[in-house]
Amino acid sequence: MSSQSQKLSALSDSEYIIGNVTVVDPGKDHVMPGYVGVRDGRIAFVGKGSVPGDAQLAVYDGEGLCLAPGFVDIHVHLREPGYEYKETIATGCRAAVAGGFTSVACMPNTDPCTDERSVVEFILKRARVAGLAKVYPIAAATRGRQGEVLSEYFELRDAGAVAVSDDGFPVATAAMVRRVLEYATAAGLPLIEHCEDISATGSGFVNEGYHATRLGMRGAPSYSETLCLARDIIVMESVPGARLHAAHIAAATSVEQLRRAKDKAMAVTAETAPHYLCLTDADLGAYNTNLRINPPIGTGADRDALIAALCDGTIDCIASDHAPHAPQEKDVEFDHAPPGSVGLETTLALVITHLVRPGHLSLARAISLISNRPAKCIGIDAGSLDEGAAADLTLFDPEAEWTVRADNLCSRSKNSAFIGKTVNGRTRYTIVDGTLVMGAKQVAGSV
Amino acid sequence: MNIRTTATLMEPDQIRRAVKRIAHEIVERNRGVDGLIVVGIRRRGVPLAERIAGYLEQIEGQSVPTGILDITLYRDDFQTITSAPKVGRTEINDDIHERVVILVDDVLYTGRTVRAALDELIDFGRPGRIQLAVLVDRGHREIPIKADYVGKNVPTNEGEIVEVHLEEVDGCDEVILAEKPA
Amino acid sequence: MNSLNRKHLLGLEGWNADEINTVLDSAVSFKEVSERSVKKVPALRGKTIVNLFFENSTRTRISFELAEKRLSADTVNFSASTSSVKKGESLRDTVENIEAMKIDMIVIRHSSAGAPFFLSQIVDASVINAGDGQHEHPTQGLLDIFTLREKWGALAGRKVVIVGDVKHSRVARSNIHGLVALDAEVVLCGPPTLMPVGIESLGVKVETNLPRALEGADAVNVLRIQLERQRAGLLPSLDEYARVWGIDNRALQYTSPDCIVMHPGPMNRGVEIAQDVADGDRAVILEQVTNGLAVRMAVLYLIGGAEMARDDETTETSGGQVNARPKTQEAA
Repeated sequence: MSSQSQKLSALSDSEYIIGNVTVVDPGKDHVMPGYVGVRDGRIAFVGKGSVPGDAQLAVYDGEGLCLAPGFVDIHVHLREPGYEYKETIATGCRAAVAGGFTSVACMPNTDPCTDERSVVEFILKRARVAGLAKVYPIAAATRGRQGEVLSEYFELRDAGAVAVSDDGFPVATAAMVRRVLEYATAAGLPLIEHCEDISATGSGFVNEGYHATRLGMRGAPSYSETLCLARDIIVMESVPGARLHAAHIAAATSVEQLRRAKDKAMAVTAETAPHYLCLTDADLGAYNTNLRINPPIGTGADRDALIAALCDGTIDCIASDHAPHAPQEKDVEFDHAPPGSVGLETTLALVITHLVRPGHLSLARAISLISNRPAKCIGIDAGSLDEGAAADLTLFDPEAEWTVRADNLCSRSKNSAFIGKTVNGRTRYTIVDGTLVMGAKQVAGSV
Repeated sequence: MNIRTTATLMEPDQIRRAVKRIAHEIVERNRGVDGLIVVGIRRRGVPLAERIAGYLEQIEGQSVPTGILDITLYRDDFQTITSAPKVGRTEINDDIHERVVILVDDVLYTGRTVRAALDELIDFGRPGRIQLAVLVDRGHREIPIKADYVGKNVPTNEGEIVEVHLEEVDGCDEVILAEKPA
Repeated sequence: MNSLNRKHLLGLEGWNADEINTVLDSAVSFKEVSERSVKKVPALRGKTIVNLFFENSTRTRISFELAEKRLSADTVNFSASTSSVKKGESLRDTVENIEAMKIDMIVIRHSSAGAPFFLSQIVDASVINAGDGQHEHPTQGLLDIFTLREKWGALAGRKVVIVGDVKHSRVARSNIHGLVALDAEVVLCGPPTLMPVGIESLGVKVETNLPRALEGADAVNVLRIQLERQRAGLLPSLDEYARVWGIDNRALQYTSPDCIVMHPGPMNRGVEIAQDVADGDRAVILEQVTNGLAVRMAVLYLIGGAEMARDDETTETSGGQVNARPKTQEAA
């Protein structure tokens, strides 16, 4: 370690080396002690071992942390425009970089919804002003997400949208899914589907089963998700070139459908969220409204199937489905609470605590689930440590133990399903395009 | 609770004689047993009431009805105790209107139990008269209550305990004086 | 130790046989109080109890109100026809406002499962669940069990059949928890569309065929079938229900000769229960109402009857509640 290395929290150069790190490169699937060189916002080189003594650039001390490509979360609700009391693009991006996420894709269920070019431009502008994480808007698949009329995919794509979705709802009908897939394929965009068969769900809002029965709450069968997924996969077979990404998969039966589609080499990808990997419907007993989520948290068997699917690649990546809700909205009777949990700041810790530490996945594989793999699902250039890639970096301590509390979350809303849980793994520094945006105790950027 | 017996105040024979004497006094004061009902306060007032009623029947050749009063719901100390005590059954099957009720308890001490019994009795109707019979009066009244019939007067200190044991409940007849544990 | 060690009655889940019997033993005494000419005891004098009924219910509210008054408590009724959330005031605000007036107990009926539990987390008062959505109706469970106990003494080994819309029934759930705790044999019978998933894990058997279910039954608890179930597509018609699962004299032939018939009320005569069975001598429906009053008095007395030591470290969960432990026990 060079004696001139500076404190990373003071990073201000445009050309520098970060040394004394364990480089986690998911693209090459290896973990090695090393260093990373950055020039003009791009990765210049990645080296093994100590920083060479003759290095020309300023050297910063990586404190022995792990250094990975900045994480990528492709399912986030930033709530702006329209629901700024829950979260804004600025506070959401702050939460993102606090959690190590340098790129996020945001869902269109805003008000007005992202079915018009002007909304996409607004989102991108607010993100630029915040100067924190990079935001990739997802456009609404149908106008107003009503499921009747297509929105203007070409306009929206040209403005910067990376995918289409009616998230919050499934695309309403089989006929509409066909049209959405056809039109999106022409525009080169994937469909991200919120898989739910509304008629099967009925009025249910927790997973149908023993616990729903015991607690007297209306259950929704887990096959509701699978029915919709199967519908889309079958319709897709009639649309050559279509790309489908299944959002927040929660049920073991859906995993079977995904496996069959992948065996046939169909362009189907899928994500699951951290809460489905470590909670089950047995945890509902305390009527904690932060556990009211759509799709509902399943059984232990569902959880195990999802973990296995992440291990064998049937599910491609993890996305938090970060869903902020204001305290007065969640501090009500369970069946009146809106569904959702925030997740940007806990994803890394949950991945490490529930996938890496129990030995299901190596660190590099686990990090790939939140970096290069989600980026690939929606076709964005992120999650890579290759030379020439944008210098989006996350430095984290996989051992750091902390307890999730409302007062250590940056997002505007604190409705986390994990309040009170002690976990391992915490981001210490986040760098976007070579600039430090989150370092030790402070978060930079305008609010 | 472990208590240390310091003295035996009444032997079985003394108890027998005292109860018999009380029965005679009741007959004398009320000029017979017409219209009497003997009501025992749970717990040990109940067997005493039964014994008194038995003697009354022997003396006058007429059976006298008895009753049971559970005063738990009428206690005055709900604000200070920490959990609701178990309630037992009250059984008063005869109309007490205009009758002479002989209330019976084992020990008369602060008087609060009897106060509760009086309140409850009056919720059952309007007795003609209420008279109080106790086996032991140990003084230290906190309420102006006086017994009409007393088996034995026993002056005591506040740190002492007077316990009545009866065959029907405890397997033997005796009245003991004991000390509270320190 | 005879008394209950509980600050709330949120449900019968997690209650053991001793606790249930403590309530029922007390209820015996309270039944006697209602037979006196002065039907009042001063046990809860000075206590303030609020009846918070967010769902329409005349009979349960009257039963609680009478129980409270006969214990000499001061009662206040708050009826809202819909959740106050819809009116703009949250449940939390409604209750905190009421509690600011220094009350001792809240009896709550609400259409949301878990609402009494939610209250128990935010108020200091004791909370009694008078029915929360489809979750539990513990005083109904207790009075049903009291009625059975009056008939048989012990419930162990007795066969109790619950017939009807178990899926939507909080009465069924509370009965199941209590009966299983007392070692009764519980069989559920009804149309499969009205039987909840996973209910066997509560320790009961499920049988769709009524005669088979009723074989040797010592008691039948008949649940109400609501017209909404037909409208929601769960039943083809009330007629078919009555023919296949209705409790009439023909059905009662399969039960044991001393079998009793219970119903939580209100009854749909001719649907789940035949007219002549409802009025027949096997039916104990009115006794249930009398017992309901005594049981509610016992519950209010045992839970509200004395200052429980308020322990800041108590934790409540919906199943197996742990409550404040009293710091000292009065010497008996």
